[in-house]
Amino acid sequence: MAEVLVEVKNLSKHFAAETDFLGRPTSVLKAVDNLSLTIYKQEALGLVGESGCGKTTVGKLITNLYQPTNGTILFEGKDLTKLSAKERRSYARDIQLIFQDPYASLNPRMTVGDIIAEPIKINKLLPANKVEERVNYLLNCVGLANHHRNRYPHEFSGGQRQRVGIARALAVEPKLIVCDEPVSALDVSIQAQVLNLLDDLKDEFGLTYLFIAHGLNVVKHISDRVGVMYLGQLVELADKEELYQNPMHPYTKALLSAIPNIDPTVKKQRIILSGDVPSPIDPPDYCHFCGRCYQKKDNCDALASPQLKEVKPGHFVACHLYE
Amino acid sequence: MSEQNGQEQVLEKPESQLKEIWYSLCRNKGALIALGIIVFLIFVAIFRDFLMPYDPNYSDMGKAFQRPNSEHWFGTDQLGRDIFSRIIYGTRISLSVGLIAVTFALTVGTVLGSIAGYFGGKVDTVIMRCMDMMLAVPSILLAITFMAALGKGIDKAIIAIGLVSIPEYARIVRGSILSIKESDYVQAAKVIGNNDMTIIFKHILPNVLSSLIVRATLGISTAVLDTAALGFLGLGVQPPIAEWGDMLGRARGFIFSAPYTLIFPGMAISLTVLAFNMLGDGLRDALDPKSRNK
Repeated sequence: MAEVLVEVKNLSKHFAAETDFLGRPTSVLKAVDNLSLTIYKQEALGLVGESGCGKTTVGKLITNLYQPTNGTILFEGKDLTKLSAKERRSYARDIQLIFQDPYASLNPRMTVGDIIAEPIKINKLLPANKVEERVNYLLNCVGLANHHRNRYPHEFSGGQRQRVGIARALAVEPKLIVCDEPVSALDVSIQAQVLNLLDDLKDEFGLTYLFIAHGLNVVKHISDRVGVMYLGQLVELADKEELYQNPMHPYTKALLSAIPNIDPTVKKQRIILSGDVPSPIDPPDYCHFCGRCYQKKDNCDALASPQLKEVKPGHFVACHLYE
Repeated sequence: MSEQNGQEQVLEKPESQLKEIWYSLCRNKGALIALGIIVFLIFVAIFRDFLMPYDPNYSDMGKAFQRPNSEHWFGTDQLGRDIFSRIIYGTRISLSVGLIAVTFALTVGTVLGSIAGYFGGKVDTVIMRCMDMMLAVPSILLAITFMAALGKGIDKAIIAIGLVSIPEYARIVRGSILSIKESDYVQAAKVIGNNDMTIIFKHILPNVLSSLIVRATLGISTAVLDTAALGFLGLGVQPPIAEWGDMLGRARGFIFSAPYTLIFPGMAISLTVLAFNMLGDGLRDALDPKSRNK
């Protein structure tokens, strides 16, 4: 697990929230703000956070759906942000995306077979007569049958559609798959099936996942390491066991306390954060979590925003409490 | 991996979308009648040479202004020409102008609208402001201007009517593309390495098609009406070729003395326009899945 696959450095993505008459931005929404992280080969890195914290934006930046405002994305040592659109497309093979909403991510006018065959044909991976065989193989890999090939997406259930989406991502034999909340639109029973499928495929194809989710319990199932995001920044990053046993950042602690427990005898202290997530439009210079933090020190809003620091081997936290 | 699959049954294969749309259209009586009228008009346009009882351009001044009778069903006009034959002759002109002009406008409008909607930014601004400028002028006035520049003739009329209808299609396509281009499956198409043109033509446009079909059907009726208006103003066909609008324009002096010279060409225009409008409305309901199962 030592080999680095993706290295993200100081990545930022700003959107213009309001523009003046000439189209120049007057206020900026910082969806991702100065974020750095490393993804190792064949690991599953979980990324969690509330809605609107920028985790999906990170996924879309890595898959080239957005152009970053700042920062670099090194994929196997090559800076993806400096490539032309055409060169960048050749990397489409290596980085794929599984979408959150299986109802929206499949073209309603294409058959499932065409949807899965399309990436193979575009990237000219196989001669035309081998494509069908490969599509059948992929369908079987994700637990669908050959005869599903000629069906349209609207004939499938949500879980099955998500399987089609997974097969499409697998079709180009990618190295990295960004899973953008792949189970949040599914029933709980189907969630487990899809998570198990993703887990099996990871071993079978030697995949690396960036697994984006908004709940720690989903991420716990599949990840090796987990990163916690808050308002465009990474606040904590550690191995899964370490993070769940020994959370350090106050926000992570609050998130963990929110996981429901099925054992009624266990009394857990629930940390309830007050207030709402502040707007990512023109956020403050100091710690973004300051306004809701229950362990806030007096000088927190006077200090500059805390940087991610390695407080234990492999455990990174961005908080003034640990400086 | 596949053992859970048994629990997730694939839904019964529903009937194909085309069939469903057809059934839905059949339930709409007005649309069905309109479709019948259009099929009839197309039949008349194709076989007009066999259906005309007289030569539409043969003038017999001795028979001018005959009331409708068994010999001349719709009567004769000021030059003694058979109005029934002239209306049949004009069917092909009106329909073909409508179809060709709409096809032309649809093609150009779709391309312009796709480029504007998909690429956005300055390209969008330039294209759409040009379209707005065309929309700001009443279409018939614009068509007359084009005719003045191009000269008379039915081919010029097609070009003029086609040109003035481009903005409508460009707007519809642009609007639909704006909403579809952010959808997940278009993003997925980008991630797997499609280039922009493939995305537009393979992934976006097929999903815009239904609203375009409806608009194009309604557009044909507008084009037929515009053709007649140009003919009425004497800018369409060259005499003596029979054209509905032209017939109206030349007969308007006799509205009190010989109303049948106006009524029948006017009815032909109304019927055609009404049929295309009703079919367009019916198609809109049939293609909209929300209103389909009512």
